[in-house]
Amino acid sequence: MAQYIIRRILIAIPVILGVTILNFFIINLAPGNPVDMYVNPSATPQQIAMEKHALGLDQPIIIQYFHWLGQLIQGNLGFSYSTREPVTSLITSHIGPTMLLMGISLIIGYLIAIPLGIISARKQNSWVDYLTTGFSFFGVSVPHFFLGLGVIYLFATKVLLFPTGGMNTLGGSGSFSDLFVHLILPVAVLSTGIAGNMIRYVRSSMLDVLGKDYLRTAKAKGLRQFIITNKHALRNALIPIITVIGIDIPMLIGGAIVTEQVFQWPGLGLLTIQSISSRDYSTLMGINLIAAIAVLLANLLTDIFYAVADPRIRYE
Amino acid sequence: MGELLKVDKIKTEFKTDKGMVTSVDEVSFDLKEGETICLVGESGCGKSVTSLSIMHLLDKNGSVTHGSILLNGKELVNMSEAEMRKVRGNEISMIFQEPMTSLNPVLTIGDQLTEGIRLHMGYSKKEARDYAVEMLKKVGIPRAEGIVDDYPHRLSGGMRQRVMIAMALSCKPKLLIADEPTTALDVTIQAQILKLMKGLRSESKTAIILITHDLGVVAEMADKVAVMYAGQVVEETDVFTLFDNPKHPYTLGLMKSIPHITNPDDMRLESIPGSVPSVYNMPKGCRFYDRCPFAMKRCLEEKPELRPIEDKKSHSIRCFLYEKEEREFEEKKQDEKEVLS
Repeated sequence: MAQYIIRRILIAIPVILGVTILNFFIINLAPGNPVDMYVNPSATPQQIAMEKHALGLDQPIIIQYFHWLGQLIQGNLGFSYSTREPVTSLITSHIGPTMLLMGISLIIGYLIAIPLGIISARKQNSWVDYLTTGFSFFGVSVPHFFLGLGVIYLFATKVLLFPTGGMNTLGGSGSFSDLFVHLILPVAVLSTGIAGNMIRYVRSSMLDVLGKDYLRTAKAKGLRQFIITNKHALRNALIPIITVIGIDIPMLIGGAIVTEQVFQWPGLGLLTIQSISSRDYSTLMGINLIAAIAVLLANLLTDIFYAVADPRIRYE
Repeated sequence: MGELLKVDKIKTEFKTDKGMVTSVDEVSFDLKEGETICLVGESGCGKSVTSLSIMHLLDKNGSVTHGSILLNGKELVNMSEAEMRKVRGNEISMIFQEPMTSLNPVLTIGDQLTEGIRLHMGYSKKEARDYAVEMLKKVGIPRAEGIVDDYPHRLSGGMRQRVMIAMALSCKPKLLIADEPTTALDVTIQAQILKLMKGLRSESKTAIILITHDLGVVAEMADKVAVMYAGQVVEETDVFTLFDNPKHPYTLGLMKSIPHITNPDDMRLESIPGSVPSVYNMPKGCRFYDRCPFAMKRCLEEKPELRPIEDKKSHSIRCFLYEKEEREFEEKKQDEKEVLS
């Protein structure tokens, strides 16, 4: 197992290198130039050329790439073109809010989805099942921006229960309760989507397992239905559930770009949108790289947890 | 020996989209302690449904709607789920046909064995584990101490069926239901499993309901036999009478369709023409009418009852051909009663 993990990490290195190549060249293929975005519109061509030269943007793209890669290996993600802050500190200051928001949303989403999915499968074709699948359908199909705007309209403008966005009240004390109030709406939107998706997997995977012979064996032993469902059946239904969690986890880093934008949540998602619109390539590349690493890590964790959940899976 | 199980005219029905479907109709038999009864019949004749009815393990849409099942005088048919849990695995336990899928793949053998032991016998974790190892040794599993911590996928089919038997017998049930326990295994393993079951039976006086369609297994294991056809018992008798003197036309047909070692090489086996009637469209009269070589006009209209005839051992047949014998036996019993009174 240890050997397998080491091998997987070694394989990840060329993958990350590939990601940097795609990341760098695709972003640089985009029309527009960082300099266009933030020089004074009245700047003379000479001034623009000087600026380009200062940023190294006048060099051939291959040279630019290797220069960037060289810095990256030393742990330097460069400076933001728009704010002139180091990208590393921009990312570290935005990653906390995203992880907070997404972490809470994922946990709440799963806490809702897993029991509901199990009940829904156990009571297939009952009203509980119909309600649950209905909620799941709603969560999966209503876009986050729409749901987000909807709850802002209802609970922040019509009924003034919650703030419309942000993470703290401007000029406020920054207390925990203030943060909590700001979290409720975005968490509600995100966990609805997460739960909606997860319910479908839990339900279908449980339905599949509930018809299995070994559950009849368990029942023939005289076990309680609760133990049969939650010990014998759920453990067998875990593989698809782990897969979905593995796909969700990179969101902890990548954030929910649209939801963060709608709620002006100061996380990586918002930073992504801002850096796209301001042609802030170095920040964008930094975020993409972190997200790619998160995906690779999540995949590795998923594979490890497969083996934990199902003893038939062994990695040599 | 006292009577352990009395199944009396049970009827098991399933709710389906096409309405109520009767899968088992008027199945009766009884069983004494330590006795083995074989339920024989072709696929879909209701053998498994009968056993699942006794255990309350039918799917949600199925239930026993008529008749009674008495276990030591206790009625099982209308027993609540909570009471039934105390019976399952404790007083009655069950072995299934498919050893490959009957064990939970993600739990260790020990985990699956000790669950029932701890539940019904109240053993501690440690005691249950030691007892589980002991049970595994008893059913002939080598390296039982190691196997107890292993997962089912590391065992062969025969070994898994041994584990199932160990599991079923661990709480010393009075009745063991074995639903085609050897069908999925190859012949040498079959013989081993049957030998094992026989050994355990003589050791623990467990009564067995053995479901099979293999008459070889019947000859090997049974004390008595109930032949089932289309959800009904058509003939019930002891194993010797069944092979020496079968009566019901269906049983006769079955007997003729078994290859025998003394048959000439070029002899063709006989088969019973036609197929089992559909559960959606059961004939009003005798269910074997279509396929019976002795069918009479009245078989189409009237339903034959399962009645005893006079024989060396108890022998009941559901067929009009034996009506005379059945009536004579009835009258004789009546006379005996009168003499006694």
